[in-house]
Amino acid sequence: MEISLLMIITVVVYLIATAIFGYIGYKQTTTSSDYLVAGRKQHPMIMALSYGATFISTSAIVGFGGAAASMGMGMLWLTFLNIFVGIFIAFVYFGKRTRKMGHSLDAHTFPELMGRRYESRFIQGASGLLIFLFMPLYAGAVMIGGAVFLQQVFGINYEVALLFFAAITAVYVVFGGMKGVMYTDAFQGAIMFIGMAILLVFTYVKLGGVITAHEKLTALASLVPAGMAKGGHTGWTSMPKFASPMWMSLITTLVMGVGLGVLAQPQLSVRFMTVKSNKELNRAVIIGGIFILMMTGVAFTVGALTNVYFVEKYKMISLDVTTADPAVLKAMDEGTYAAPKEEPKVVASVKAIPAATKQATGEVAASVKPAKKAIPDNIIPLYIAKAMPEWFTALFMVTLLAAAMSTLSSQFHTMGTALSRDFYEKGLEIKSKNSLLLNKVGTGIGIIFAVVVAWLLPKALEGGSNIIAIGTSLFFGLCAAAFIPMYIGALYSKSVTKTAAIASFAIGSLTSLFWMTFFHTKESSALKICKFIFGKDTLATNPVMATLDPIVVALPISFLVILVVSMMTKKTEEKHLKKCFDGIKGGK
Amino acid sequence: MLGLEGTGVALAYIFTILATLLCIVYGWINWNKGDENEKKEVKEELKWEKKDSKLSK
Repeated sequence: MEISLLMIITVVVYLIATAIFGYIGYKQTTTSSDYLVAGRKQHPMIMALSYGATFISTSAIVGFGGAAASMGMGMLWLTFLNIFVGIFIAFVYFGKRTRKMGHSLDAHTFPELMGRRYESRFIQGASGLLIFLFMPLYAGAVMIGGAVFLQQVFGINYEVALLFFAAITAVYVVFGGMKGVMYTDAFQGAIMFIGMAILLVFTYVKLGGVITAHEKLTALASLVPAGMAKGGHTGWTSMPKFASPMWMSLITTLVMGVGLGVLAQPQLSVRFMTVKSNKELNRAVIIGGIFILMMTGVAFTVGALTNVYFVEKYKMISLDVTTADPAVLKAMDEGTYAAPKEEPKVVASVKAIPAATKQATGEVAASVKPAKKAIPDNIIPLYIAKAMPEWFTALFMVTLLAAAMSTLSSQFHTMGTALSRDFYEKGLEIKSKNSLLLNKVGTGIGIIFAVVVAWLLPKALEGGSNIIAIGTSLFFGLCAAAFIPMYIGALYSKSVTKTAAIASFAIGSLTSLFWMTFFHTKESSALKICKFIFGKDTLATNPVMATLDPIVVALPISFLVILVVSMMTKKTEEKHLKKCFDGIKGGK
Repeated sequence: MLGLEGTGVALAYIFTILATLLCIVYGWINWNKGDENEKKEVKEELKWEKKDSKLSK
């Protein structure tokens, strides 16, 4: 990537603005309530933007956008779930009860809400510990993305970039607490919104309008590489073949992993407790819905449409462009590219180009046959660099930095409070004279731990291959199995007992970890524990077992445990239930 | 439909927009609802804040 002066200036201005918002948060933070739940008085716009910006990280835009360039617009089912489940269901059916119950029980964190609802010190302490130990994997994934970006923009060493990135975010999280995090999130969310809106408009205009752009993409179906077609790919505007490997990956990962996993993310759930009434949540639903549409909706649509742009410009689909020689692409940009005179080596994936498309795109680009493995993560940055004006490249790079920082700051905050408030203060029952100071220290320790993990992880896991996907899916899967049954039980049922919640939490998280360590090859091969003990990557005896997502195994078990144990154990006292469900309708 | 070949993708495109519209309509209809207990809650919080401030000093 060529780094211009404009880009450096934009990044510096952005960082200064972020520091100012962080400082405002710091000045307004005087109590633990300010530090943990932003004083419970946030504006719906700030809350919704903060929720959305935390939800959407750089990998959702660049990583999943690249996946859409490869798999096609079927990825939009994920956007649908992001909006319907991640915003509508989450705010209306989880958020309102979380806020009200959080208030009734004076809870300040997600583990504290669970602990107080079930009257269990163990639940709060153990949930805090689980978050503190495993969230660094997810935070590490986000941090690596941000550090790589800074490394490219400022041309600095990776380790320096990692420390720099973590340090900037750490300052406003440690001192500004939840207010600092939410103000900066809202500012970063606004940048993300503008960046993605411009990207969408530019792309559709460049490709001839909405319908025309879609039709052009549909016409490229015959360019699907043979290997991908074998895996079920039928074109970029149609779904993969039913039950094919690509269909399985698209549907099971999206529906189970991302669609449900988002409901039990502690860094998101705590945001419901930052507003003073349900009115704010009702208003925030509007902003949240539109925001997510403009994030993943745009990333997946533009991601798929990059194929049209690249085929028109280079006669190559997006995946092939990531492997092409940059010098050749540059020569083609400048119109100085001359194909070698020898026997043309037709690009594999362009072999089957139909006559009509051939006419539209000109002669097939010979001699640029991709020899390396395609890198979907590079597609969106390449498209931005090639198709967008220079000023937008600078804005978009800041958009990506904002996406990374807004997610990371919330992760830092959640990890820190999980350690100080939930594990240390409640789990170990160590009283502190100054709770606010303790939270700041806890957040500082959490950040150092996360940075160390982000530093070591790429070295430990096969040179960092797939680290972002593994770190994210591990944490999402674990949270879903450990927290979803307990969370739903807490908000909707008076019959779920304390013992059942503990059993579900313990068995859900252990099953999830066990499956990841010994069966699900994606994680087990990277973790290497299975290899160390049994001498092989997985204990799975067939491919279905090896690819079965841990959430599919652990979540039903966790639900079953909570139901069965609730029937067998002592009910919660009516007096406590009355307090929990004060102002909440129903509850069985 | 919409220049998209498969029904599955066209449905995803439409459902995505409908889900956003659902959020907008829901928020619009309930714009001023949901703050019935606000006064009581704010009073309680003021009490907690006082206690919290003492602890932080």
